[in-house]
Order: sequence, then C-alpha cells, then structure tokens
Amino acid sequence: MVEILEMIAAGQTDFRTTPMPRHKLTKAQWEQAADDAARGHVSLLGLWATRGAVHMALMDPNSHAVGVFSLENRRKGFPSVARLHPPAQRLERSITDLFGMRAEGAEDSRPWLDHGAWKITTPLAKAAPREGDAPDYDFLPVIGDGLHQVPVGPVHAGIIEPGHFRFTAQGETVVRLEERLGYTHKGIDHLMRGASIARGAELAQRTSGDSTVAYGWAYAQAVEAALGVTPPPRAVWLRAIMAELERLANHLNDIGAICNDAAFALMLAQCGTLREQVMRAAHAVFGHRFMRDVIVPGGVARDIDSAGRGMLEGLVHDIARDFEPLVELYDNTPSLLARTVGAGILPVDLAAQFGAGGYIGRASGRDFDTRRDLPYAPYDKLVFKVPLRSDGDVNARIWIRIEETRQSLNLLGELLRSLPEGDVLVPVSPMKEQREGLGIVEGFRGDVLVWVALDARGRISRCHMRDPSWFQWPLLEAVIEDNIIADFPLCNKSFNCSYSGVDL
Amino acid sequence: MELIFNLLVQGLQMFLVVAIAPLVAGVTHRMRARLLRKKGASIWQPYRDLLRLMRKEVVLAENASWLFRAVPYLVFAATWVAAALIPTFATGLQFSWSADLIAIVALLGSARFFLALAGMDVGTPFGGLGSSREMMIAALAEPAMMLTVFSLALLAGSTQLSTVVEYLAGPGVGLRVSLGMALVALVIVALAENARIPVDNPSTHLELTMVHEAMVLEYSGRHLAMIELAAALKLVLYLSLIAALFVPFGIAAPGQGVGPHLLGLLYYLVKMLVGAVALATFELSIAKMRVFRIPELLGAALMLSLLGTLLLFVSRSL
Repeated sequence: MVEILEMIAAGQTDFRTTPMPRHKLTKAQWEQAADDAARGHVSLLGLWATRGAVHMALMDPNSHAVGVFSLENRRKGFPSVARLHPPAQRLERSITDLFGMRAEGAEDSRPWLDHGAWKITTPLAKAAPREGDAPDYDFLPVIGDGLHQVPVGPVHAGIIEPGHFRFTAQGETVVRLEERLGYTHKGIDHLMRGASIARGAELAQRTSGDSTVAYGWAYAQAVEAALGVTPPPRAVWLRAIMAELERLANHLNDIGAICNDAAFALMLAQCGTLREQVMRAAHAVFGHRFMRDVIVPGGVARDIDSAGRGMLEGLVHDIARDFEPLVELYDNTPSLLARTVGAGILPVDLAAQFGAGGYIGRASGRDFDTRRDLPYAPYDKLVFKVPLRSDGDVNARIWIRIEETRQSLNLLGELLRSLPEGDVLVPVSPMKEQREGLGIVEGFRGDVLVWVALDARGRISRCHMRDPSWFQWPLLEAVIEDNIIADFPLCNKSFNCSYSGVDL
Repeated sequence: MELIFNLLVQGLQMFLVVAIAPLVAGVTHRMRARLLRKKGASIWQPYRDLLRLMRKEVVLAENASWLFRAVPYLVFAATWVAAALIPTFATGLQFSWSADLIAIVALLGSARFFLALAGMDVGTPFGGLGSSREMMIAALAEPAMMLTVFSLALLAGSTQLSTVVEYLAGPGVGLRVSLGMALVALVIVALAENARIPVDNPSTHLELTMVHEAMVLEYSGRHLAMIELAAALKLVLYLSLIAALFVPFGIAAPGQGVGPHLLGLLYYLVKMLVGAVALATFELSIAKMRVFRIPELLGAALMLSLLGTLLLFVSRSL
C-alpha cells in the first residue's frame, strides 16, 4: 500500500498549473493500486482508457495529493479494478464497450453504454461493424417467494432524462433496484478526438446542461495546465462567479423539486421563482441562461461591466432575503419533514467507499469539497465553510443544499466585492509536443474531473470527462433497498444524478 | 303537478351534478395555480379536455379484455347514479326513496371494485400497483364511511338521505360532539376517496407514487374521458354530501315553490365554490403522506366515526 501513496507523494506537482505526469505501473502494481482503493488507502477519482492503455486517477484521502497511473500495452484487456473495488465497475464496462478491452476477472461483463443500437462496435478502438443483433440485456436475477418486477422507464411520465429502473419488489418493499443507463449516449468521447481546443470547450459544456460552467471550467483547467497557461485573475474571478451562480440555481431548483416529489408544490413554486431570477440574471450578464460558452481555455470570452456587477449584487441581496423564509417553511412543515427525515439513508461507509462527491457525500459524512481540499484559484483566497452531516437521509441532503446555498450567496458577495481589474483572456497556443493535463472542479453535484491529452498540433487526442454521478448512481441502488417503492422518486430527486453526464 | 315538479327537480339535479363536475375541478386547479403564483388554466379547461379526449382515438392494449372496455362506462354510471341521489339544492327528489346512504356507499364501492379490476386487467405493473394501493385505502375508508353513516342515521332515525338532511336542517339538532367527529371523519374519507393530497397526488407525474392515476394509466380517448368525468363527479358528490349534511341551510324542502328552489340552487353553487377553494388551499399546505402512513390517517377517521356512534349510543340510553 505504501508504494502507491509514495508514488503519489513523489510525483506530486501542482497539477493546477503544470502538465500532469503519469506513473507507469506494472500489472502487479496496478492490481496493488486497485487493492489499495478497495481498502480505502487511496480514493479512486477516475478510470479511463486510451488506445491500448488504461489510466486511473487516485487521491491520497489524507493529504489530498492526486496522481495519475497507467497500465500500458494492453490491447486485449487489463486486470479488473472492480473485482476488488466495486465503484469502478460501470467505468470498466464502458471502457470495454468503447475500446474493446476486457476487464479481466470482473464479475460483471455485461455491456453498459452499448445497447446494441450502434452500427459498429468498440467505436474508439478499431471500430468493427456489428455482426448480428446484440444479445438481450440480462438483468441480475432475484430469487425468492412473492417477488414481482416493476420496470420503469426509460420513457417517463414527466419531462426528465431517460433511464431504466428495474425494481424487484415484495409488495411495496424493494428487494433490488437495478439501473440501466446509457440512453443519452451522444458519442462525446468520439467527437472530442481530433477536435481543436476551442471545439473541445464547446463539447465539454454540452455534456451535462445543468453543470455547463463546472464542465467548462474543469476542461479549461485541464487544457491550461497541459499548456502551462495561467488565466488572468479577473477571468478566474468571473469563472467562480458563474460557478456559484450555477450552484445557486441548481440547489434552489433541487430543494423545490424534492419537496414537490412529496407533493408539496408550494416549495417548488417559490424556489422556482428564485431560480428563475438567477437564470435571468445569468442571461442578462453573461448572455446565456446556463452561461454556455463563456468559459474558454485561457480565460473567459465575455467581461462584465459595472451595470452587470450591480445587477448581480442586487440578485444576491434579493435571494438572500427571500430564501430564509423558505428555509423556515421547510423546517416548519411537519408533513414534509415526515417524508424526508429518515427516508433513503445512505450509510457513511458506502459514501466513503464510493467516494461520493457533493451533497450526497457530505450528507453522509464524507468531508470533501474540491474547492477546499484540492484548492484552485480563486477559492484558495476565500473563506467558506463546507457543511457536513452524517445522518445521510433525504432531509440531510436538503440541509446540505440549504447550507451550500447560503455559502454560495456569501461567496458571490465576496467575489463581486473583490473582483480584480484587468484582462479576461490570454492566448492559448499549442506546444509542438504532446501534453496532458488534469482539471478538477466542484460542480453543484460534486467533483467534475477532466483529463485531456493534446497532440503536437494542439488537437485533442483523448479527453475523458468523469461526472460525479458515476460514483453516485450505484449508491441510489443501495439506498432504495428495503425501502418502499413509493419513496423512490423522493430518494432519486434528493440524489439528482446526471444521466447525460454518465452516458457521454 | 307535484309529481311533475319533483321529476323536474330530480332531472335538473341529475343534469346539474354532471354539468358542474368539470367546473369544480377547473376551479380547484385554477385556485391551486393562483396560490402557487402561476397564471393557471381557465376554469373551463376540464370541459375542453373532456371534449378533446372524446374525439381522440382509443388505444387499447393487445390483451385488454371486454372488462377493460366496459369499466369506464360502469364506473361513470355508478358514480352518476350515486351523485344524483344526493340532495344538492332540494330534498324533495323523485328518487329520494332510494337515496339511502348505504346505497350510495355501495354504488361507490362497486365503481371502485370495477376500476381496480380494470387496473389489473392489462397486466402492467403500474395497474396492479395502483389497484393494490387503492384496495388498501378502501379497506379502511369504507368502514369509516359506514360508521359515519350510522352515527347520522342514529341521530335522524333513518339511513335515507333526504330524511337525514331534513332532520339536520331542522331546528332540533344543535351542536353535537358526534356530529363534529362525523364531519372530520367524512372529510378524511373524502380526501382519500378522491385521491387528493395527503393520500394521493392528483397532479403527479411520478408513476411510482400514484394510486388512482396508476390504475387508469392504460386508458385513453373516450374511455379516459369517462373516467376523468367520473372522478370529477365523485369530487362533486363528496362536496355535495358534506354540504348537504353539515351546512344544510338553503336546501329547499319538499312542497316549496320555485323561489326557494332557485335560492337553494344559488346556495348550492356557492357551497361548491367554497368547497373547491378550501380543497385547493388545504392541499397546498400539506405534503403527501408516506404510503404506509395512510392507514394511520384513515384509522383516525375510523376511530372518530366509531367514537361518534358510541357517544350517540351512550347519550341515547341515558
């Protein structure tokens, strides 16, 4: 175990500003790393492949040092990480679907992204035309008396993203939930390959609409680190303002939507008006409701003037004023608390094992926030509290969001006050050699990780974007077990995982 | 002459409940929307929806039996008959001899029975889920309803609705504890029977939490129109029942002329409006209950109605 930790510590460079080195591992070391992750000595941040190689991003949970490790010359397969460390399972199945490399020794070798609808197989390796029909997807067997299955989705009654949920229930009690995702597969990995840096930024910001800014920033960080570019301070401040606006809008929406799933529509209506104010302010100041395409590698594409600054200050003031009565309303509605308290409990050990990010992890005792623990400008100069709870139920996830909303409002006020003057964009030019960079940003859902490899012409040879939901979706399956079917929508909304972000 | 007048009143009353049922639903929707700071659809929207559904093609599941096709009409018919028996603005109805409270409970019970069967007919998991939940709720709501009926019958000396209403409208009632308990019990039963919050959410899109909506998920076109109209009718039925029993003022007695009948009609429409607004307001102030806590709520209704009946017995024998 010491080996991997030592390698992380030895190779430690500031990945925020310089290219990310990769440690090449032997097969035995790779297996050792997987074992370390399973034992909790290191946290798995990401697992992805390039042609003929697999890579892992690992973090020392104590010192928060990060390292990227590779196992190369692997055309056919690689030793399974999920065999020892289950959180890697869906990532591995995706690698097999996209690159054709098998996870050797994995318990679950069913396809994940490939639903049999593509005309080719293994699109990112040597793509081969599909022969015959793909076999039916085998859901995990459930054995017992009086069990019945309830298939839900991928098309739902409401306007939400598509995903299939297979419940096996005994009466109302859920015995097993199995998720099947991949319905919003867009081939982003493929589109990224060979794209220019600017095109890559556009693609990254279209990966998961509600996390546009987080993706844009993480991608920009990765590219800037790879090329050794430092964006000007004003650009960094504006990025943080946008990131906090995004967090604010999403948290407000989530708080209302969770209550609405307990049929308390009043909260959604009230939170909805607040969210709409944020979205309109974003549109007025940054030109787009989701602030799309404002962040570009090298800075931001759009500066704000004093009018925009005043508008945002007014927004922060209004929301701070109107939000607290809603918190009161939530806390003083016993019928609502009767639904959220004690519902959908995520145990602390599971949150730690899966490295669950965002409100899901922080509601279950995982004290981690990228902004504080893997600090990046401008958060390294700001003071804020990271809320933490250990009860892990729907109520806890709502309260983490409430606290983070308050923090975001404070941060926005601070960022607007201390906004430095100056340029907002520096040129980004290719380096005539291969470069790799890593970016990690705290989105509203959790840590968004982007790893970019650039070729000598400055084109993207591989870009891997790991949504926080990769490690959150499996936990939803665990949370609903032994719960009742009718409580699933509430638990699901309190998780609010991204479909698009993991379907890529 | 009186026979003709009574027939006319009965006919008007039968027509009236169907005619205003979508309007009451529309007012409730609109009120809810206004309270949520939304504009809301017009109060006439439910009529348009029904018209649209009537014109639409019916999509049937391949394995749907004759029962599935017959049930919407059965449910509508049973609900309509039950609603027609309630004295809305006059007690001198032609069919009031048959307007027994137990008959009304039985009619509604049969409607629910058929709907639950239809929910399971196609064999989709949601239909079964909805039917099983509906039956769990009904198993508690129906006895509570029956006991409420009994306590009123004990008081008025009859289970016939017109007699009960006439007695309650008369001067000899006064304030009674058991009446208060019966009212609370009946309101809870009404919320449960009409699939309202906190028991069910009529406006939800979440398949997994639905009760009534899950049962009728497979219906479309005119079948769905029938079911929607029956659901709206049932809401009017319960509002009318509560209005007739607990705020019976203004109801025209038999033998009174046209004037009191018109006044009764006006009073009735105002009562419905107040009922719809009160329902929308109440629904917004509370969240939906966890499925397994619904029995506790209905159990409370059952206990209240039982206590009401017992209190009457005790005070009688003294």
